[in-house]
Amino acid sequence: MSRSANISSRTNRTAVRRKFYSLSSVLYPLSVFFYLLCTHSAHAARIGDISETTLWDQALRFFTFQDPSVRYALLGSMLLGISCGLLGSFLVVRKMALVGDALSHAVLPGVALGFLWNMSKDPVAIFIGATLAGLLGAGAVHLIKQTTRLKEDTALGLVLASFFAVGICMVTMIQRLPTGNKSGIDKFLFGQAAAIGAADVQLMGVVTGLAVVVIAVFYKEFLVTSFDAGFARAVGLPVQAFHYGLMLLLAFAVVIALQAVGVVLVSAMLITPAAAAYLLTDRMHRMLLLASLFGMMAGALGAFLSFLGNNLPTGPFMVLAATTVFAGAFLFGPRHGVVARWWRQRSRAARVQRENTLKSIYHVLEGRGFQGEGVSLRELAERRRETEEEVHAQARALARHELATLPGEGDALFLTPAGWQTACAIVRNHRLWELYLTHTAQIAADHVHEDAEKIEHVLGEDVVRELERRLNYATKDPHGKVIPAVPVSLGTKSEPTPGYGRG
Amino acid sequence: MADTPPLEIHDLTVAYHKKPVLWGVDLVVPPGKLVGIVGPNGAGKSTLIKAAMGLMPVSSGWVKVFGEPVAKNLRRVGYVPQRESVDWDFPVSVMDVVLMGRYGKLGLFKRPTKADRDKARECLDKVKMLPYANRQISNLSGGQQQRVFLARALAQESDLYFMDEPFAGVDAATESAIIALLHELRAAGKTLLVVHHDLPTARNYFDMLLLLNMRVVAFGPTEEVFNYETLQKTYGGRLTILSEVAEAVRVKG
Repeated sequence: MSRSANISSRTNRTAVRRKFYSLSSVLYPLSVFFYLLCTHSAHAARIGDISETTLWDQALRFFTFQDPSVRYALLGSMLLGISCGLLGSFLVVRKMALVGDALSHAVLPGVALGFLWNMSKDPVAIFIGATLAGLLGAGAVHLIKQTTRLKEDTALGLVLASFFAVGICMVTMIQRLPTGNKSGIDKFLFGQAAAIGAADVQLMGVVTGLAVVVIAVFYKEFLVTSFDAGFARAVGLPVQAFHYGLMLLLAFAVVIALQAVGVVLVSAMLITPAAAAYLLTDRMHRMLLLASLFGMMAGALGAFLSFLGNNLPTGPFMVLAATTVFAGAFLFGPRHGVVARWWRQRSRAARVQRENTLKSIYHVLEGRGFQGEGVSLRELAERRRETEEEVHAQARALARHELATLPGEGDALFLTPAGWQTACAIVRNHRLWELYLTHTAQIAADHVHEDAEKIEHVLGEDVVRELERRLNYATKDPHGKVIPAVPVSLGTKSEPTPGYGRG
Repeated sequence: MADTPPLEIHDLTVAYHKKPVLWGVDLVVPPGKLVGIVGPNGAGKSTLIKAAMGLMPVSSGWVKVFGEPVAKNLRRVGYVPQRESVDWDFPVSVMDVVLMGRYGKLGLFKRPTKADRDKARECLDKVKMLPYANRQISNLSGGQQQRVFLARALAQESDLYFMDEPFAGVDAATESAIIALLHELRAAGKTLLVVHHDLPTARNYFDMLLLLNMRVVAFGPTEEVFNYETLQKTYGGRLTILSEVAEAVRVKG
């Protein structure tokens, strides 16, 4: 018992390790690419005393929290990623993505004011100043919306730009001050994870913890107010309070992310991980988890790449990392991904193609009163008005799906029982639908063929039963042709059909 | 208890941007009735039920539910909003939506329990949507979406229901399923107010009709209220509607 458990845990661990190696083997060339992109010279990164020369050693050193000076940068970047992903998810499902953008730009004057408070980069003063500026911006948007005919998008654009302009002026003024140029306030524009200190990380931890706890405790309230605010109000929930609560948390998340991501790009950290998660799942709680995870990964990776690149601005790297995740979800998402959709479309088209070929075989057989078993490819080509090569390709596709066999020379097709069944089903669907349209919808008999050509491939069993019932189990279609019954119990798939049993 | 009407509205006036959309509405709905709210576009039908539930500010008047101000008695009120009022791409399952009907009873801090899930399943079964419980809501047809909203309202286990156009854009099967459900609820002693846009069916579906056009034109048992004069008053000079009304009255008489 315990031994088997032991073995399984060991195999698990090996599997995990293997997975880790395969992941790192993908990341390694990617990182090298970025490394070459970012560093032209050979000198090591500035954080701490990094003397490792290989990328692997640097990554190891960076991600194992060994170096106290990069520890804060990494930890802070991961924390901000979590809170941004978590709160950004609500922005995405509430269709308020622009609000994040406006909020993040509106905080800049507050950052400058917080700095001016005692001419230093005091995290708490900056936090308070930025939050106040963000809320003032949100209030301005609300005021414009309420008192004028302007709509929300215009109000957001107005506030975003004007607050940002004020912020830029103030930051420039501070940098002109004697002590200002060493202040590091310019880092707030594009972000610098290396500037994160112990006090910053503490604040980030508090804010992220607060966001996680509040969302966890009030999950169902945030869910229903986001999905259906009218209903939420009708069950007695204070919808406005939850809205403002969410906005406040969002302002907090933006403010703690500012230093590492920068004012300009922080909204991308709110939107991008959440958008990627939205494409990958159909459930809110999974979206929250995925978005936090993606945000955390983007934060860590961005900080690392910036560190490799001799402390280049962190914001762009984080956003690029998040965008890479998004591109992955966009292209390779199992349900909504472009590749999956393309694949489904392709296989559907291929199925329709096969079914049409089967239908043509049925028509050829029907044309000669179901005498003889095989259908030569030439007959089929004439029937379908296609070249023999095209028909040959289709015949091979049928053979691959065990719907027909191509024995001997391969110039004649023999349907398998499954193929015969499908052929009958498609012809039946087609003729039933034609009959239904002429009978029930009073459409002329020469107008129904085109429609039936499409419908025949999508009619389900239930609908077919219903059609049969409504048409009193009719046996002839509007053109006087027999509606075939579908042979249900046939033998094994492999043997070629001996005789078709109809005349 | 039997004397207190499920819904009592007194002199209710509602304005959008200072433009009144409902004027001095007085209404006392007796218990156990299926009431249709009928009127032309812009008559304030939806506004009336929203204002009655306290979802929008009112200029004057008051609303009592079972003798108490509506805000205190929301737990006895069930609501089916218009289907178009939500984003059907939202990442929730059918089950998640129906569970929202339990939130009012749960209160803050509490998570839905097994009993709530059982209740939600039961309600889904009543609208024949149980097989879809784990589907994401965007994969549903219009009629199915409407039935999910109904199941959510059922899960509220209320005594007074407001429904905003539950028959809008649904298939015939859903329409008859909804009617059967409304009758079942009425048989259980619930009171239902249903905004309805189709005059000919309104006559057959409801016990009582509220004819509304910014004010109450008529309110009473369907056979008393559904006549040419009141309908003409409600719909004013709209000719197409008038001919529809004439036809409906002709069929009746």
